[in-house]
Order: sequence, then C-alpha cells, then structure tokens
Amino acid sequence: MGVERHDYDVLVIGAGGAGLRAAIAAAEAGARTALVCRSLLGKAHTVMAEGGVAAALGNVAPDDDWRVHFQDTMFGGKYLNNWHMAELHAKEAPDRVRELEQWGGVFDRTPDRKMSQRAFGGHTYKRLVHIGDRTGLELIRTLQDKAVHAGIDVFMECTITRLLKDGERVCGAFGYRRATGEFLVFAARALVLATGGAGKCWRITSNSWECTGDGHALAYEVGAELVDMEFVQFHPTGMVWPPGVIGLLVTEAVRGEGGILRNAEGERFMERYDPKRLELSTRDVVARAIYTEVKERRGTPHGGVFLDVSHLGDAFVKSKLPSMYEQFMELAGVDITREHMEVGPTCHYFMGGIRVDAETGASSVPGLFAAGECAGGMNGANRLGGNSLSDLLVFGKRTGDCAAQHGADAPQIDDADVADAAAELTRDLSAPGGEDPYRLHAELQATMQEDVGIFRDEAGLTAAVAHLDDLVRRAADARSPSPTPAYNPGWHLCRDLRNMLIVSEAVARAALLRQESRGAHSRLDFPDFADYWGEHNIVVRKDADGMRVEARPVVKTAELATLIEQRKEAERA
Amino acid sequence: MSTRTLRLWRGDADGGELVDYEVEAVSGMVVLDAVLEIQRTHAPDLAVRWNCKAAKCGSCSAEVNGRPRLMCKTRLGALPEDEPITVQPMRAFPIIRDLVTDVSWNYEVNQRIPPFTPSPDAEWSIGQEDVDRMSEFRKCIECFLCQDVCHVLRDHRLHESYFGPRFLVRIASLEMHPLDTLDRTDLVADEGGLGLCNITKCCSEVCPEHIHITDNAIIPLKERVVDRRYDPLLRLLRRIAGRGQAG
Repeated sequence: MGVERHDYDVLVIGAGGAGLRAAIAAAEAGARTALVCRSLLGKAHTVMAEGGVAAALGNVAPDDDWRVHFQDTMFGGKYLNNWHMAELHAKEAPDRVRELEQWGGVFDRTPDRKMSQRAFGGHTYKRLVHIGDRTGLELIRTLQDKAVHAGIDVFMECTITRLLKDGERVCGAFGYRRATGEFLVFAARALVLATGGAGKCWRITSNSWECTGDGHALAYEVGAELVDMEFVQFHPTGMVWPPGVIGLLVTEAVRGEGGILRNAEGERFMERYDPKRLELSTRDVVARAIYTEVKERRGTPHGGVFLDVSHLGDAFVKSKLPSMYEQFMELAGVDITREHMEVGPTCHYFMGGIRVDAETGASSVPGLFAAGECAGGMNGANRLGGNSLSDLLVFGKRTGDCAAQHGADAPQIDDADVADAAAELTRDLSAPGGEDPYRLHAELQATMQEDVGIFRDEAGLTAAVAHLDDLVRRAADARSPSPTPAYNPGWHLCRDLRNMLIVSEAVARAALLRQESRGAHSRLDFPDFADYWGEHNIVVRKDADGMRVEARPVVKTAELATLIEQRKEAERA
Repeated sequence: MSTRTLRLWRGDADGGELVDYEVEAVSGMVVLDAVLEIQRTHAPDLAVRWNCKAAKCGSCSAEVNGRPRLMCKTRLGALPEDEPITVQPMRAFPIIRDLVTDVSWNYEVNQRIPPFTPSPDAEWSIGQEDVDRMSEFRKCIECFLCQDVCHVLRDHRLHESYFGPRFLVRIASLEMHPLDTLDRTDLVADEGGLGLCNITKCCSEVCPEHIHITDNAIIPLKERVVDRRYDPLLRLLRRIAGRGQAG
C-alpha cells in the first residue's frame, strides 16, 4: 500500500478542546499547522463536559481571584499538582474564557449582563462559567468555528499509530485513514499530543470509544515520561439504570445547582463523609462515599444511590439542567423534576499524563508537546470539576504557541520506520489466526474494573499486573477478524488495544508503588496519607528492561509556599 | 430479556443489502447498543460511527425503521416488537460503508459562512434573553439528521445550491448575536439557497435537540431577506440614511 505524505511545522494530534486551542494558537503564530482527529471535527469528548469552565472572573463572587482558585486546585489535587501549572492555570483561565466569548461563545448571564458563574465541588466561590448543562459543546463549537477560518488543515477520521523520531527528537507521525485504511505520514518540526484520556480501559465509563490513551502510549513509546498515572478519576455520578446506559455521565452541575444525595434509607449520607461541603465535596470523596454506601448495602435496587433535584422546581430544573432532564426522560423514562435519579461512580478522567514543562507544554522528548487530559501535572491526585475545560484552554494555547516557536530543523523521516509502522498495521489486517481484539478488550476492562478501580490493594494490583502482562503478549497477536481495510473497527481495535494496555499497566504499576491513599487513589491496605508520598509524584517511563516506575519530588515554586501553607492551615482549623 | 431482530444495511458505494442479526435485548437497550453488540459478536467489521453514546455529539445518525434518528437515543422498547428493526445509513450523503456515510460536504458548507465578527470596541454586555434566543440554535449537535430528511437534499440532491437546515440555523444564530457586525442576508439568500426551503418542517420534526428550525431560524431569515430586498419603505429609508446593503 502506498503512503500519503504531508509536511507541516506543527502537527496537532487530537481535536478536542486542547487540540483545537493548540492548533489555533500555532496557526495564529504563523506555523503551517495540521490537526488530525479520529472522529469528525466537533465530536471529541469535550462535548461531554457539561458543568462549566472554572475561571476566577469574580462576576458572581467579587472576592474570588486567582489565588483562591490556585488554592482550591491544590487542595483538590492533595498538593501533588505541579505548583506552577496550577498557578498559570488559575491566573490565565479568565483571559481564555473572555477570549472564547469574543470568538462567539455564548454563556449564561448575570442580571448585570456579565457571564454568570455557578457553584461546583471543591470551588470556594461560584466560579464556573456555563451555558445550561452543555458547556463543553459550546466550547468545542466555538473553537471549531474559529479553527476552520484559521488556515488549519484538518484530517478527520485519521488515527495516528506511531510517532517517528530523528535521533532524540520526534519529527513526525504515522497513521491511517479510518474510512479507507490508506496510510499517512506527517513530517513536522513539532508535535502536540492532545488525545484525551483512556477510560475505555474500564468497563463502566463515561468515555467514548476514542478514549484509549493513544497520546499517553505514543509518548511512552518514544521515551517520554508519564506522571501521576495512578490517579484516575471516577466521577461520582454516572447512570446505573437501565443497563444500556450504565456509566453515562450525570453532570456535577446537578449537585452544583442544589441536588441532594440520599441512600436507600433516605439518609443524606454526605453528612457523614464531608459535613462541611456535603454534595459539593471533591469528586474523589463523593465517589468513595457512594461506593461505600452501596458496598455496605445501603444502595438502591440497581446498585447506586439517589440523587434528587425535584425540590428545585420544574422550571428551574428544565432551564438549568435541560440535557439531564432530557437524558433521564429519554433513556430511563425518569422525570427528574418529580422523581429521583439513580447514580453511581463511573470512570471519567485521567489526572495522570505526559509529564510536561508548565510554561511550554514540552515533554521530556524534544519536539514533543502535550496539552489537556493527556498531559499530567495540573490536577495532581484529583481534579476539580470545571478545571478540565479551563486547563485545556490555558495549556492548549501555551502549548500551541510554544510548538510554533520550536525552531527545529526540517524533519528527516526514516523510510525504514515508516515501513515498520505500516507492516504492523498490515499484519493486523491480513496475517492469519490470532486473538479476537473484542474479547481481549473485554478481558482488559474486567481486570481494570475489578482490580484497579476506586479501591485497590496489593493482592488485586499484583494480580492485575500479571494479567495485563499476559494480555500484552496476546494482544501482539490480535488480528482483524475481517480483511477489509475500509472503516473496519475490528482492525482498528487491534492497535487501540496495545495503547490501552500500556496505559493500564502504567496505572496498575504506579498504583502498586504508591502505598497510601490520596485523592483518587485509595488503597484498602494503606488507608491513610503517607508523608513521603505527599511530597512525591510517580513517574513512568520506558527503558531497556520494560516499564520503569519511580518516585520523583513534587515540582514546587518557592513564591507560592505561603498560599499553600495558608490553605493547609485553614483546612486544619 | 427478549430476542430482537435487527435488519442492518451492509455494503458500500457499489451497493449492498439488508442483513438480519439477532440480539438479546436487555432493559433500556438503545439501537446503538444492539448494533455494537452485533459488531462484538456477529459482525466484527460492521462499520458504524459513534462517540459519546449520550446524544451529545451527534455521530450515530442513521435511519431507524425509515426515520432519521440518533441510534444512541432510540430505545428498542420504543419500536414495534412484532417486526425487525431496520437500520440504514443516511440517504442524503454518499455511502462509505455499512451505516457510515461521507458527511464532509457539511464541513465544506460551514467553512463558507463568515464567522462571528464583533466590532473591535465592542462592550461585552449581553442579556440573558439574547443568550436564550441564540442558545436554542447553539444546542445543535451537528448530527445532520435535518440535512438528511430535507427533501431539497435527500430527493432533489441540490447540495450545490442549498446549505440545508443545519447551516440556516447556524447563520440565524450568528445573525441574532447582538454583537455581530456582519450581514449574511445576501449569502443566505443567494449561495445558501434559502428560497428552496418550502417550510415543510420535516427538519424540526427529526431534530433530536428539539430546535424549532423552521419557525425560529428559517422563517425569520426569510422575513429578513424579504425586508431587505423587497420592502420599498425600508429601501427608501436606507437610501436616505446613506447605508448600502452590506455584504
């Protein structure tokens, strides 16, 4: 099969919010920019973000400013965040949101005609700029409409399977067109990974088929470091009934607008887990609380807890939570203005990702940048709701700017690397025998769900690592069940599976090393904070012997120490 | 649990046929679940486009029992039990394979619409009533079901001379933005083929976001074109005010 070749200054992989924002920045900085995405433009997982964008504009709460947002983010992340990233994020989010509005984004208003802001878990003030409960759609559509007039070449429905190197630096990428199976090679001076998360490693997830950790795995394969991989966010509220919709997200805005959680006995159980913040505690706390209620037999018949907004009134619910009203009405036959929702935790977001420089988004491999969910450091051990949309705007822009300024020499692609990457796909498609990728995927999901879920222990994690090891070997033999190269999901899954396995192994190994409970990582055998681990992140990288997992001190900024101490003091009080 | 038969269109641009598959239906199952179950167990190369499975991304558009619908939002239980469930690709666009069509034409149309253009010294003060009006249009998830059902595109294949409901909605949302400075009246009337719409409202009926496409977007646009082009009083006033028709 021939290989179609393209040359750019900047290649952005992934067209969710981070990828779009990076591509816009790179193009505006004068770089010839391409954007590659696995789906159609505007369909990326960012559309699922419902609640809002966190930015300390102070439109509703005048006392809010970047310092409080920074402190909230650090407290939410249990102080494992890269301090400087959390600082830049809090400082720059307001400008990025105002910019969106100037690009045509439309958000709900205050009575004095400013952008309105709503309460959300872990945020001290009303801080989330929103439009109903479909903020992610508004954000992606605004960026999409900006991007298509910015001179960016968009390659829709293309999957990247390898990054190509020229010595130490990355110089391009190899992939295929999903509709035809034709191969593509991109040469680029700088690459930006913006591929999102990897929720598809779990059985119960709010994530779509696309969330297979491609960016994490592609970066790992070329030697980049991953950080905080043990921290996977289980969103407290996914649908639990009917079976067809298990895991589907129920936005935190439901609680932000006043929704109440109750167990089957009618008890407002959050009073026992976080009496101060109740339903608006951080996601790790609420998810564990719900899981525990169900485990201790105080759950609903379908294995969840009740979430109730019926006291807020019919008109309010329909105007503030219109898509939730619709979702429950259409998919569960439940009228949330009158009846309870039933909810339980669902795998939602990766705090961990490619380790990057706070200012530039540069990874540890020259020429390779990352932004958004696939980058690590910003969120530490747990992400606050609303911080992902602001994260992808702030660091999408920074990364796009820096990738455009990355003055590397013209890239030299090695034909042998291209041939090798092509051979892998050809073999998956047409070599005989092999393993069924769908079956392997189901086994992977069962393992991660069972042993690398909300609560973990050494026995389960050790078993998971062993099982993953076996799956890695079998996945090398995964083969497309059919030989057609055109839009063949069985073929595509063979490759996606290998990415998911790298990510899963990184999560399990990092979780095994972190012998404490912190944020989204809860060890039954180590239920408390450990001082050592409060000062260390876990970094994962590939070396000659395989996957290497090691502790590394948290990246701090001296000037921010006072803010951190103030917050720790306040929490102790 | 009961067994349901799904009759799926399998084929490519050269032709195809309906093929029956049996699925164990679980409670609350939607058509997309059933199709993906068939993909996992019977037809591993079955081509289907989907993403969020939550009616938020607009990827899994198809024709279920002949009606344009999102597969992720159509429950098996809501379809007649005594007959197979037929799932076919959208008819207004070229087939790629099985249930997947080539919708790239829509993206080309979108690119021809001048983007939001505020004045450089705009004051960013906007009222909730403006937001509510635009928000109805901005709810659009670009599933293109309205394009699929529209007879101008579906039957008459006038893709060259008509933007279709989706992009009339988009233009309406831009035109109603209080801080936008462009006038897209000529664009929508000429290149956009607004006159080809004869307000049969099929688009509004299939919209999964319940956008009143015809009543709230297309008819106001038609009125605006009429005002601009044919109202003698307005034309006179405009001439007196010395304002030409901005493009």
